[in-house]
Amino acid sequence: MKHLLSIDDLSTDEIHQLFETAADMHDVQSREVKKLPALRGRTVVNMFFEDSTRTRSSFEIAGKWLSADVINVSAKGSSTSKGESLRDTVLTVCAMGVDGLVIRHPASGAAVQVSQWVDAAVVNAGDGMHEHPTQALLDAYTLQRHLGSLEGRHVAIIGDLAHSRVFRSNIQCLTRLGARVTVVAPPTLMPSGIGAWSAAAGFETSYDIDSVLPDADAVMMLRVQRERMSGAFFPSPREYTVGYGLTRNRLALLKPDVPICHPGPMNRGLEIAADAADAAQSVVLEQVSSGLAIRMAVLYHLLAGDTRGGIA
Amino acid sequence: MSLVIKGASLLGEQTRDLYVDDAGVLVDEAPAGAETVDADGLVALPGLVDLHTHLREPGREDAETILTGSQAAALGGYTAVLAMANTSPVTDTAEAATRVWELGREAGLVHVQPVGAVTRGLAGEELAELGLMHRSRAAVKVFSDDGKCVHDARVMRRALEYVKAFGGVVSQHSQDPTLAGPAACCHEGELSGRLGLPGWPGIAEEVIVARDVMLARHTGSRVHVAHVSTAGSVDVLRWAKAQAQRDGTWEVTAEVTPHHLLLTTDLLTGYDPTYKVNPPLRPQEDVDALRAALVDGTIDAVATDHAPHARHDKEHAFVDAAFGMLGIETALGVVRTALPDLSWTDVARVMSTTPARIAGLAEQGRPLEPGSPAHVVLVDPTASVTVDRDASASLSRNNPWHGRSLSSRVVHTVYAGRVTVRDGALA
Repeated sequence: MKHLLSIDDLSTDEIHQLFETAADMHDVQSREVKKLPALRGRTVVNMFFEDSTRTRSSFEIAGKWLSADVINVSAKGSSTSKGESLRDTVLTVCAMGVDGLVIRHPASGAAVQVSQWVDAAVVNAGDGMHEHPTQALLDAYTLQRHLGSLEGRHVAIIGDLAHSRVFRSNIQCLTRLGARVTVVAPPTLMPSGIGAWSAAAGFETSYDIDSVLPDADAVMMLRVQRERMSGAFFPSPREYTVGYGLTRNRLALLKPDVPICHPGPMNRGLEIAADAADAAQSVVLEQVSSGLAIRMAVLYHLLAGDTRGGIA
Repeated sequence: MSLVIKGASLLGEQTRDLYVDDAGVLVDEAPAGAETVDADGLVALPGLVDLHTHLREPGREDAETILTGSQAAALGGYTAVLAMANTSPVTDTAEAATRVWELGREAGLVHVQPVGAVTRGLAGEELAELGLMHRSRAAVKVFSDDGKCVHDARVMRRALEYVKAFGGVVSQHSQDPTLAGPAACCHEGELSGRLGLPGWPGIAEEVIVARDVMLARHTGSRVHVAHVSTAGSVDVLRWAKAQAQRDGTWEVTAEVTPHHLLLTTDLLTGYDPTYKVNPPLRPQEDVDALRAALVDGTIDAVATDHAPHARHDKEHAFVDAAFGMLGIETALGVVRTALPDLSWTDVARVMSTTPARIAGLAEQGRPLEPGSPAHVVLVDPTASVTVDRDASASLSRNNPWHGRSLSSRVVHTVYAGRVTVRDGALA
């Protein structure tokens, strides 16, 4: 693997390999001295064209624990408005001698385009509404730690599917790992053409959260932006919560110990009630530590020259 | 300079020589001392007429100028182009229209006919000075806010009414801006759902086409639907044309671009902004409907929507990149490739005669017979061309046809008796 732009870039074997490496990295996190020498002398640039605290910090710490030199470049504000093309912006940064480019951009496809212009290994840290592959990997990795294999397990993904890159990466990753997936959203927050897509990719769609929850082995809630009301996607936050929120009452519909995921940041009281976010079965904080392990594994596989020798 | 065009097959049928006198008019007999143009094995068509070209001058002379756009047009077999009004400044006054017309005359390679804006500054609110543009030396007859839809129904109604006074026509970019977000950049469908790109549904075009044909009927005026891109619009047009024919008091005409006849939305998979265009590339079902509509006359004309852009305006993320693609040098080849069974008579109808009539260009699209101005294109019907974007006369390189093989080849173009293209190169 030269870049990580989409889950589609990974074979199922490679996903399992990344999980194995991530498990090793996870162990490292509990050591007193967390630093590994694997990427000494390598330079990783986090290029974020969009605000992000958790993903940027996660990549930054992951790189540092692998001894890479990590530089953060905040490129917020579209390059168009500055009169510079995206190509010029990334070529300028890469001309400084960059081995890995971690890119977050508000436009779908930006990471794919950038990978065609630069020599560095490109990691997509979220491109518009398209993909967020490390999020999907960390979600599946977290779920596996709870459920064992995902083969045949039923995962419900609930929320603003239309605008979600987390959904688009997760649907590929989870179905690849053999999970049965049902996605739930009001019709206005389903991606266009989802009927044909779900038929081709083999997942289910539903408008009825209450009929889906009792059968789920895992629940993944997606963030809903309050301002979506302005696009007439739904009438009010209140109505959204009543129709599609993981409320206290709905917690009771779940089988015991069903893990609850959320990629964050959470809108408590909108898509997820505090009772659910803080429930014993919530894995929201564990997702964060898994995220570090997964991002270490990704950087390691992309940048550590010879990856066959393991990480010892 | 008088000419003898030797051995051309007129509209692919009878073969005979064409004679052009010093005044650039087709005549009965070979003028003395005429230059010979070898047209053996070539098909002669009346010079092509493009209802929809972006020449970018004034304002973006780094992307195209009236001269380079005219050169590209001549290489494509064109003898007339309608230059869209979305320049900077906008062509919304008589002075601006006259300037474009004059620069076209100076270039002298094709007739450059300015299109006037419908509304001041393309803002969609107040009418531009339609009558003054018409009375200017440019004699503007076609008005369009192309790039933007005249969305306000009241403004569209008034524009349609107003141009009746001088036989004008309103060419509409049919796209309801409220049916898609401002970031919309591709066809809304399964692929846009997967790619996470904000899209326009076909219905955003269709509701405006439906509204405008009713407004044209109500006002007894002429509406022209620019770059039709969906099967649904074709359905509306088919119905509307039958009504208009029955009533005899109003008219609706329509154009389709070469790219909507051959390219589909699948090309967006790699997020290459070369394929970002407005209206967007659609699925194959729409392409099939557009081809059938062009053949049966529901769509009247092929118009290129030639839209040059400087390279840096395309090297952005897909949603941020500029809309549009080159098309005027390749249009005939694309039409021949998309519709290999279309007769040469029909090619002349949809690419010359009918667009000339819609635009009110009396000198263009005329039959190749004595008395007609000598606007002629000579085409090798059996050749094919592999498109090289770097070989283009256009200043821009946003060419979706690069590397593709297209049927037939423009060999010579004659504009008003002057050879503008000889053996596939600018004369």
